[in-house]
Amino acid sequence: MATEIAFTLNGRSTSVEVDPNQSLLDVLRNTLSLKATRMGCGLGQCGACMVIVDAHAVNSCDMPMWSVAGKDVITLEGLGTRASPHPLQTAFIREQALQCGYCTSGILMAAAALLRRNPQPSESDIRQALEGNLCRCGVHNRVIRAVQRAGE
Amino acid sequence: MNAPVIPENLKAHPRLGQWLDVAPDGRIRAHSGKVDIGQGILHALRLIVAEELEIDPAQVVMERATTARSPDEAVTSGSLSIQQSGAALRYAAAHLREACRSRCAEECGVLPGAVHLEHGKFRAEGTRARVGYGHLIDPAMLVTTIDLSHLQPRSGRPSALGGARRPEIADKVFGDFEYLHDIALPGMVHGQVLRPKTLQTEVDSAVLQELLNELSSVPGVIKVVHDGMLIGVLAESEFALSQASKKVDADELWSGEADVPSPSKLATWLQSQPLDTTVIVDQQPPGHASTPHRVFSATFERQYLQHASIGLSCAIAQWMNGQLQVWTHSQGIYNLRRDLALAFDLPAQAITVCHADGAGCYGHNGADDVAFDAAWLARHAGGSPVRLQWTRQQEMANSPLGAAMTVLVEAGVDEDGNLLTWNQEVWSQGHGTRPGRGKTPALLGAWQTADPAPITMAVNAAPASGGGSDRNATPPYVIPEVHVINHRVLAMPLRVSALRSLGAHVNVLAAESMIDEIATSLGRDPLDYRLAHLKDDRAKAVLQEVVRISGWRDEPEDAGEGFGRGLAFARYKNTGGYCAVVAELVMEEEVRLRALYVAADLGLVVHPDGARNQLEGGAVQAASWTLREAAEIGRDGIRSDDWESYPIFNFSDVPPVEVAIIDRPDSPSLGAGECSIGPTAAAIANAIHDALGVRIRAMPFTADGLMKLVQSDESGSDLF
Repeated sequence: MATEIAFTLNGRSTSVEVDPNQSLLDVLRNTLSLKATRMGCGLGQCGACMVIVDAHAVNSCDMPMWSVAGKDVITLEGLGTRASPHPLQTAFIREQALQCGYCTSGILMAAAALLRRNPQPSESDIRQALEGNLCRCGVHNRVIRAVQRAGE
Repeated sequence: MNAPVIPENLKAHPRLGQWLDVAPDGRIRAHSGKVDIGQGILHALRLIVAEELEIDPAQVVMERATTARSPDEAVTSGSLSIQQSGAALRYAAAHLREACRSRCAEECGVLPGAVHLEHGKFRAEGTRARVGYGHLIDPAMLVTTIDLSHLQPRSGRPSALGGARRPEIADKVFGDFEYLHDIALPGMVHGQVLRPKTLQTEVDSAVLQELLNELSSVPGVIKVVHDGMLIGVLAESEFALSQASKKVDADELWSGEADVPSPSKLATWLQSQPLDTTVIVDQQPPGHASTPHRVFSATFERQYLQHASIGLSCAIAQWMNGQLQVWTHSQGIYNLRRDLALAFDLPAQAITVCHADGAGCYGHNGADDVAFDAAWLARHAGGSPVRLQWTRQQEMANSPLGAAMTVLVEAGVDEDGNLLTWNQEVWSQGHGTRPGRGKTPALLGAWQTADPAPITMAVNAAPASGGGSDRNATPPYVIPEVHVINHRVLAMPLRVSALRSLGAHVNVLAAESMIDEIATSLGRDPLDYRLAHLKDDRAKAVLQEVVRISGWRDEPEDAGEGFGRGLAFARYKNTGGYCAVVAELVMEEEVRLRALYVAADLGLVVHPDGARNQLEGGAVQAASWTLREAAEIGRDGIRSDDWESYPIFNFSDVPPVEVAIIDRPDSPSLGAGECSIGPTAAAIANAIHDALGVRIRAMPFTADGLMKLVQSDESGSDLF
């Protein structure tokens, strides 16, 4: 049964008519055509679909829409733009901190949430904050350097 | 001077326009048959074209491969794209440059020698006008056959072809990059294919009938299709598909059994199957029987591995007027087209296969199979495009496994401790069930319809092409007597195929563990012992380089209790990139890597940052395989079908990695993608020996495995 659900998305009031059991990821990608958030497992295990909800990085693949009502959601599309990039985006380009990039959106959102609460994280803070983000290409060290650079 | 050998891809695609032409905006458009699988190869190819044309890399557009336009360069695999596609594009670009120079000379009435290329524009002596490529290229020029003599030797030119960054990295960081998964075609519907987890199975027809009815009644489901073991669902949305899939109880529906080995009996199982035995090397000094003074022997093992890409296999397919179009992240678009044609009984010309980027690909994964699934289901979609994306569980349960292996090494030394004999024997299934190579389609779904194609048995590439399970089974050292035998296991209860580096992961572990064991047993320094048995100066140089960056000759800083350090070397396929690795680790509850040092000689390096990224990524992936990974398999198929049951290295596990590349701008490129895999595994094994005094030989090197070894070895350290 489609229900109207209102929330804030990338700073704007948004309202969608969806099944409340649909996942936030599904609605972002298929209803709102915001495709930077990626489906990796649908089980909340890999972090590819991470977005920021009320200042916390969370997996959007297993987050039902009913739980998003009234929340403040930020996706990669809302993190920064080429004209006004987030320091993480600048740093990821500078460090060329990806190979395939499939896990990158989720990592950027987890790192952005970290920098909000801890603007100058140590290496171990970064490793801990990104523990829920899997990467198979093996760019972990580049990512850590980029997050450190963004925190400087 | 000898005429250059014409590369095979240029023989098949000899015309200039098959590789290069002009984009509408005047930039140069390059057409490679190789595809980006996350490794950034298209950027490296762009740099080659830009270098030969003497233009800014941003002026070169790399087109995505499609069977409608691109040269057929078979499969993007084996760390060969720079050598193959790069060589062809370099010849093409050199030809284009000189053809444009001649055209400019004609137009200006001067000799070609009087036309200079400055900042990407041609200028004839005595004139001020500068003309770009876009103005000089015409259709007649593009149909000419590429003349190899236009390419000047590269020697003397600098190595790094500029620090130009991969442009798509910014696209990905800003969320602008379109993966295959993001493509939304007009009228597109969503599909799902349900299938059993074993290759052979029975379907319970009563349960099936009930399920088909149930699926049809799920809101949003458009159509349910049944064919043999396959059940296809077409739906308006991904959500409807997810609701439908909740109706399926696989255990009730299918009853299949796979005759899989238990992990503890893997070696015995592999050795007791029907075998296809091949002698790879049989080298014996004439008239001389080698009698070793001392013989060392050990057996090494790897369980089945999983690709475990973060992305899901995905494809889009559309049938229109008997023509099929497929969007895929396959490594081989022409190979896929060939097998789709076999599966659907069509001429290949009726099928267009377009590449679109997927997530990182480390070998023959589900990309080709999901393309079949989409095409099979799209036949029932009335002309609508069908997007089909496997779920995580399907991804892990359906994709081919990396083959399990066991390797026996027996090495003999003379009275002075020098290597005299080396026997290496490999038991493994073949490492390839890729499509495009057989008489019947090598596509999972094509084996599961009501009129199934026979299951393709895994085979190995010829030894001359690097082999499969026998890859790197021949040691790189100078040894008078060498015997290498490969036993291809002719049983395949679960599908296996190519996984990054094929057999090199285990063969290098075996050889480099063995040489380390011999050296340390004889009281010789493991580095000096290797150097004494190498004659290739480039091999010695990468060992010296890894020693330099790791400080191998010095006492390790803050070594502490449980610290270990190990060294290993290999030349990938014995013909590709040279790579040496030092691993540093500490024994905690399990092995904790402290650092990896990687030194490599890749010949000419086109894109140094990309090469470093590949070397480091390979080392990290190999460390995860070696220390942590083994597919959990059972008679019901692959049981490890999510990230909890198949854990891989995460941010807490990955150690710092330092990479050094030895610059060889005057030598041919050797490939970067796979050469760090084997040496990383072996360096870890040797470091564990350094820390604990035991030789661990069965991967993964888990806490359990180590505990058993230490307990069974009286000389073992009590640290653990």
